[in-house]
Amino acid sequence: MAFLFFRVIVAKMGSNEQIERALESWARRDFGDDARIADLKRLSGGASQETWAFEVVVADKTNRLILRRAPGGEAVARSSEAITLRMESMLLGCADQAGVPVPGVLGVFEPGSDLGESFIMRRIDGETIGRKILRDANFETARTRLSEQCGAALAGIHAIDMGTLPDLPRSDGMDQIRKYETIYRNFDLPRPVFELAFAWLKAHQPAPQSPVLVHGDFRLGNLIVDEKGLASVLDWELAHIGDPREDIAWICVNSWRFGQIENRVGGFGELDVLLDAYAASGGTRFEPRDIDWWEMLGSLKWGIMCMIMYEAFRSGGDPSVERAAIGRRVSETEIDLLNLLERAL
Amino acid sequence: MHDAPSPSELVAAVKSFIDDAAAPKLTGHAAFHARVASNVLATLLRELEQRPAAEASEAERLRDLLGAPDNEDLATMNRDLCTRIREGEFDAATPGLFKHLKTTTISQLAIDQPNYSGLAAALSKLG
Repeated sequence: MAFLFFRVIVAKMGSNEQIERALESWARRDFGDDARIADLKRLSGGASQETWAFEVVVADKTNRLILRRAPGGEAVARSSEAITLRMESMLLGCADQAGVPVPGVLGVFEPGSDLGESFIMRRIDGETIGRKILRDANFETARTRLSEQCGAALAGIHAIDMGTLPDLPRSDGMDQIRKYETIYRNFDLPRPVFELAFAWLKAHQPAPQSPVLVHGDFRLGNLIVDEKGLASVLDWELAHIGDPREDIAWICVNSWRFGQIENRVGGFGELDVLLDAYAASGGTRFEPRDIDWWEMLGSLKWGIMCMIMYEAFRSGGDPSVERAAIGRRVSETEIDLLNLLERAL
Repeated sequence: MHDAPSPSELVAAVKSFIDDAAAPKLTGHAAFHARVASNVLATLLRELEQRPAAEASEAERLRDLLGAPDNEDLATMNRDLCTRIREGEFDAATPGLFKHLKTTTISQLAIDQPNYSGLAAALSKLG
């Protein structure tokens, strides 16, 4: 046992050193021969990608950067709907050009290169943890601006010329209902509230909107917020072509209000303020009721995503107590669905 | 068979061990999982206390809604309810259905996540 543990540590160190060497040769090409790498550390390890923080130090100047990398540098198929890292880096470029606050991309690397499939972007200062953004005094000014800034950012994303985009998956509301209903039925864990939500959503489909680039996961947790408000939009891996109302509704889903249920937008703001800013930045003027159907779909999707995470435990794939416990959060989305249905009836 | 200590006493003892003895010695990921484990045991304590009565009243409501026989088990009735909603026989306007689902979900959340914001909102509208 001790021997195995030791081997794992050695393997990890080898991987760190390999990444550091590859980053150093990249930095010397782009920043000059005296560039060196400092403070390389792994921030998170999802199944879909690795995130590393590091610095490029040139003389007395420090560049704080992020490496997003496929696990082990291998180009693996990510989850069925996640786009490739290469596409993600291209979207960051498109969003930057459209004036949406995103981290600038400094380098993109192909599978088989020293770094493996990956890209390097700037590291943006600020906070991503929802509860801190909603609670801490230093974000007080930010909280008053965020609804407007989110509306403008979403209008910017939705206005990006689709001809400039990489080949993204297409998914509208009904596509998502079909997809999540199939997943739910395959679990064979019947939930009457989900049945009612599926039936209601199918019976009340809104008229479609012209398809746009949808971020797909625009909410606190994936936004960097500083004292002045929205500093950067992260986590583009669920981007697709779809309905603009999906993005507006996702940040309204009660699961992303982190307890501040009275503020429909992300727990910090009013939907009308976001919609005004969205329209002022060139987007369609939606009414709050246009968002209701999509908010219900969002709660239903999150409920089934929690079931998917629990399924990882149930199937033996991930025996952690955390995966088991998330199965007892599905009922949060059930009460949200019932509260939304009650309002709609 | 005896039940001293009772299931609740045993779970509470393990929870105390995690909270007071084990968790303070842990860091990083293990400390996070210890917090989750402690929360799971709190859920289990609520479950032991609340589920029997909540399920009995759920079963009673379902028998009324579905016209099911007295000895029909809960899982079968919930499957039947799902099928009827899915096939359109029941919808949100079906008398008693919405209230049943809301009452059941409130009981479930009182066990699963009693501090969830949506639970307080649902209770405040229950009137």
